[in-house]
Amino acid sequence: MSLDMAGTINHFKVIVYQDIHIGTIDLSISNTVVFMLLAIATVVILLKLAFIRAKVIPGYGQLLGEMLYEFIAKQTTLNIHQDGKDYIPLMFTMFTFILGCNLIGLLPGAFTPTSQLAVTGTLAVGMFGFAIWLRFNKHGWGFFRAFSPQGVPKVLLPLMVPIEIISFLARPVTLALRLFANMTAGHMALGVLAVLGLAAPWFLQWLPLGFTVIQIALEIMIAFIQSYIFVILSCVYIDDALAEH
Amino acid sequence: MDPTAMVPIGMGLAAAGMGGAALGIGMIFSKMIESVARQPESEARLSKYAWIGFALVETIALYALVIAFIIMGHGQT
Repeated sequence: MSLDMAGTINHFKVIVYQDIHIGTIDLSISNTVVFMLLAIATVVILLKLAFIRAKVIPGYGQLLGEMLYEFIAKQTTLNIHQDGKDYIPLMFTMFTFILGCNLIGLLPGAFTPTSQLAVTGTLAVGMFGFAIWLRFNKHGWGFFRAFSPQGVPKVLLPLMVPIEIISFLARPVTLALRLFANMTAGHMALGVLAVLGLAAPWFLQWLPLGFTVIQIALEIMIAFIQSYIFVILSCVYIDDALAEH
Repeated sequence: MDPTAMVPIGMGLAAAGMGGAALGIGMIFSKMIESVARQPESEARLSKYAWIGFALVETIALYALVIAFIIMGHGQT
């Protein structure tokens, strides 16, 4: 075990276990894929177990599952004002997927799939592309009317429209970068604390190693909050895409 | 002054940007405590906004950290 700073970056390395190339498409199985599948399997199994003997008056497991579903359902219908309930399956899937991927990295020796910019970038670009597609579907070429907010005097338009376009294009970037930075920074702080704790003299070791306990608790909270924020912001973008101007 | 010697200075300057985020988080929660002290029934609704605001502000602190890591990676050739 290396007690230098290189150890803090080593556990983010993507290790390819099995090379599978079909033409130019790279479908190799790496530890990202393995842990994403593990996260999905855990979420599916836990949700199935929660509802295995569904009664009208729920027991404890069913109550937790219903609370989770209702939380997302209420946020979605509250934020999307046109037919919010059509988007509940999408938002619930995103929430449980991102939550599962975030939390599975906290097991010892595991890898966090959402600490890779490729994974979070794909999720963010997917939601952004979906919002753009919805807007084209609904408004056709009136798409560009959203970039000039109402009540703005015509003189200011050449200044406002580029700013609006840039802030519109910054949405997937911030969505991806927010989740990636939170997950990576959390794990890296844990790595630095561990290295500090192991390299300290024996009578001071309790301090950094005790703080890692608090840091892991903070990480669990951040995992929940970040997946919630991703879903809320996606709902806001979809609502923005569907709204009339 | 070769570039690899300036890397730690660059990283330190980039990470110093987190002070703004610390102020922001303090402001959010101080207002939250004050509002709940004025009207305790509004705690549930205000909690939701407080946590959303906290996540958005903390993201800026993490952008500063990401820039520090980019500088660190840039100097490691």
